Amino acid sequence: MSAAAAVPASAPPVLGLHNIRKEFGGVVAIEDFSLDVRAGEVVALVGDNGAGKSTLIKIICGVYPPTAGRILIDGGDVRFSDPSESQARGIQVVYQDLALAERQPVYMNLFLGREATTGPFRRLDRKRMIRESEELVHGLDVRIPSARSTIRDLSGGQRQGVAIARATHWASKLVLMDEPTAALGVAETQKVEKIIRGLRERNLAVLVISHSLDQVFRISDRICVLRRGVQVGVRNTRETTNNEIVSMITGLQ
Amino acid sequence: MAGKLAQLRSVDPSQYIVYVGFVLILIGFSIVLRDDGFLTTRNLLNIVQQTTPVTIMAVGMVFVLTAGEIDLSIGPIVAVSALLASLVLRESFWPLGAAVGLLAGAAIGAVNGVLVAYVRLPSFLVTLATMGFLSGVARWITDLQSVPITNDTFNAIFGAGSLFGVPSLLIWTVAIVLVGHFFYHETRYGAHVHAIGDSAHSARAVGIKVDRVRFSVMVLSGVAAGLAGLLYAGRLHGARYTLGETDLLTVIAAVIVGGTRLNGGVGTIFGALIGSLLMGLLNNGLILMGLSVSEQLMVRGLIILAAIALTLREARR
Repeated sequence: MSAAAAVPASAPPVLGLHNIRKEFGGVVAIEDFSLDVRAGEVVALVGDNGAGKSTLIKIICGVYPPTAGRILIDGGDVRFSDPSESQARGIQVVYQDLALAERQPVYMNLFLGREATTGPFRRLDRKRMIRESEELVHGLDVRIPSARSTIRDLSGGQRQGVAIARATHWASKLVLMDEPTAALGVAETQKVEKIIRGLRERNLAVLVISHSLDQVFRISDRICVLRRGVQVGVRNTRETTNNEIVSMITGLQ
Repeated sequence: MAGKLAQLRSVDPSQYIVYVGFVLILIGFSIVLRDDGFLTTRNLLNIVQQTTPVTIMAVGMVFVLTAGEIDLSIGPIVAVSALLASLVLRESFWPLGAAVGLLAGAAIGAVNGVLVAYVRLPSFLVTLATMGFLSGVARWITDLQSVPITNDTFNAIFGAGSLFGVPSLLIWTVAIVLVGHFFYHETRYGAHVHAIGDSAHSARAVGIKVDRVRFSVMVLSGVAAGLAGLLYAGRLHGARYTLGETDLLTVIAAVIVGGTRLNGGVGTIFGALIGSLLMGLLNNGLILMGLSVSEQLMVRGLIILAAIALTLREARR
């Protein structure tokens, strides 16, 4: 990708994970996981159910602290104690459950936690939030009736679109996606994949969890396989095969 | 065009039922009680003034319910705040008395808030327990004795006084409703209150300090109940442990009928004001109709039940 090539080879990776370990009350969920993700690169994280993929995403964005290991952003050590801290560093997450407030309108969800205000009394600037929301969702080709629609009145695909629009809008470095197309139809999945390619063109780093290997081969530059909490290997997407990845996931030859 | 249509369809009838109900009951009483002085400025103003404490607690309760919590302890907070204020007023200036009343409300609200937000106990159980405890405190402070307030300035500001001919209780109502409306609908704080009641998990995921907001709404409700206590004390020229005793039902009914959801995320301050006035209207009209106290209670209970059933039925989809 041309955008990736623009980054000097010496630049530290956007995200560096070194020997991450996570235990939940003695149960090991992640055992020694290391991975670098560079700007303008899409890395797919694959593995069976319970391999620890979602846990890993939650460790990176600050929901869980790692039991051991280092997390580096742009080469510097970080320790996020809650998601607002990772957001402040330009990291956004599309959670598997989307993390939307269902009874609030689309525009409030897009600006949730970062509401725009105006004037000396810091009143909510609804007009501006609505305008920017309309631009944002149209730009990403997410079809919703209006930015004022309540999330509850939207379809699954539309909700997914809103969650992705929020993450892509606020991210300036890294986007973490936990199965962003799990609940979507063919056309909607294509849109999401287009959005992911758009992120790469914006020179963001993307770490995406997916169960669809076809999709992984379509969108990713590298594939990282996680098996029972252990990182079993990273492959360049162009240099590997479906069979190799499957055998890495299952541990069978 | 499509956007406009979607907007129209997304209008939630439960938010407007209260206004229709209010007008209908107003018209109904105006006809039935046309010879009993119901529809006089004086009587209507009287209703507004009598409901001031309930209105103010309703404003606090809108924040609490929208945040997905509940505060059952407001009744005895009213009594405790009023009693403490009136005890201080015996010895001291009115501002100190008022401050003590408000601080008592804030402190109790803070205890509720710590237990709910940081110890993570359910607010229903926490405030049920503090309600019981504080009912005891209210009786214990003065050993069931009422405390008169002879400070005229206090009684004017929190009771029967007026400013440029406008009754002070009316000023309190308007001021608190407007301030409440501003914070609820027009600020980031209000947006966060909505978000945490809608989905605490999602709010946390986008970086909202859920615990802090939860704590704050409980304090807010405590302060509102403390102010309500001062307003009762000012109007009645004294405090007694029975103050606020029956207000919990009225406040919650006013808020729910006004269009605020019991399960969080949705509400309105103006709706709560109209809901509260509706409760006052019922009270007043039933008295003027000459119903006995027991009949009033039964009729009021049935009307509240009908109103809530109607509101919630429309709200469910």
